[in-house]
Amino acid sequence: MAGLYVFTGMALLISFFLDREKTRTGLKRGMMKLKKTMPSYLKLLVIIAIVLLLSEEIIIETLGQERIFLGLISSLILGSITMMPGFIAYPLAKILVARGVQYMVVAGFVTSLMLVGVVTYPLEKEYFGKRATLLRNLVGFFIAAAIALVTGIFYGEVGLG
Amino acid sequence: MKQTLKNYGVFLLFLTFSGVSFLLEYDFGIRIFDNFMIFARDMVLIIPPAFVLIGLFDVWARREKVEKHFGNTNNPLRFVWAVLLASTTVGGTFVAFPLANALYHKGAKYSSILSYVTAASLFMIPMTIMEAGMLGIKFTLIRLLASLPFIFLGSIYLGRHLEKIGYELPKIDQ
Repeated sequence: MAGLYVFTGMALLISFFLDREKTRTGLKRGMMKLKKTMPSYLKLLVIIAIVLLLSEEIIIETLGQERIFLGLISSLILGSITMMPGFIAYPLAKILVARGVQYMVVAGFVTSLMLVGVVTYPLEKEYFGKRATLLRNLVGFFIAAAIALVTGIFYGEVGLG
Repeated sequence: MKQTLKNYGVFLLFLTFSGVSFLLEYDFGIRIFDNFMIFARDMVLIIPPAFVLIGLFDVWARREKVEKHFGNTNNPLRFVWAVLLASTTVGGTFVAFPLANALYHKGAKYSSILSYVTAASLFMIPMTIMEAGMLGIKFTLIRLLASLPFIFLGSIYLGRHLEKIGYELPKIDQ
């Protein structure tokens, strides 16, 4: 985090030194973009706050399915509709593994968590428009499924034959 | 004024609800506010400098350069740049979305920026280190290596579709 500020500070200094006017325009443009999308960022934070109410118990129960493909599909759906920071998601993933949930299912969960953002929709559509946002998330869902399957194969949880 | 109220309505409602929850010691409301703070703390720190950098990028990045590295379909190196840029993007997709939009308006191809955004959500360095620590290096390696071909294929496929229908990304700074 400190690195980001040092980097930004240095970039600003160099930019200012090279061309004051350009720097001013750049700052103005950056702030304009931020101002325009601020409501979407805030909306997103509120949505995430509500989604995070979903208790760990529910997630553990849902993913610990008897049949592995049911578990996989649940993990993909659950990962798509939720969003959580790494310091919550990974300890949870560790618990899942400890409880005997397959690596494939855990991979499906963490990957779709990162890749598919139903809750980030209001923010993403500001930058990508509705159509590209929907399609990108749809493609992301299949990418997450593919990654999970590969993980399952490598851990010997699903056979190729 | 009316527009502002409309834009920030959800947030204002949330603030009011949180305030009332604290006053009445309403546990459910306080829990939601605590959850809100988990992400809000990081966002408040990351977003302002990120947008300063995006603004500077806007005025300094030359169109020809962006086109050369991200806009030429015959240049497979653009995928390497996309992944490298993604793994060093602080703030994940929250920052990657606006930067991808800026890149697009400087002449980057869809397949490049889609790879960038997708990789930005999967390749964040601090997250990856944490994952390897929690789930083992084998898990992380499989996840990262397996994702690459799918990221590129998915991005190329979706990029082609968007180009075919003449899709354009919204402009933000007007």
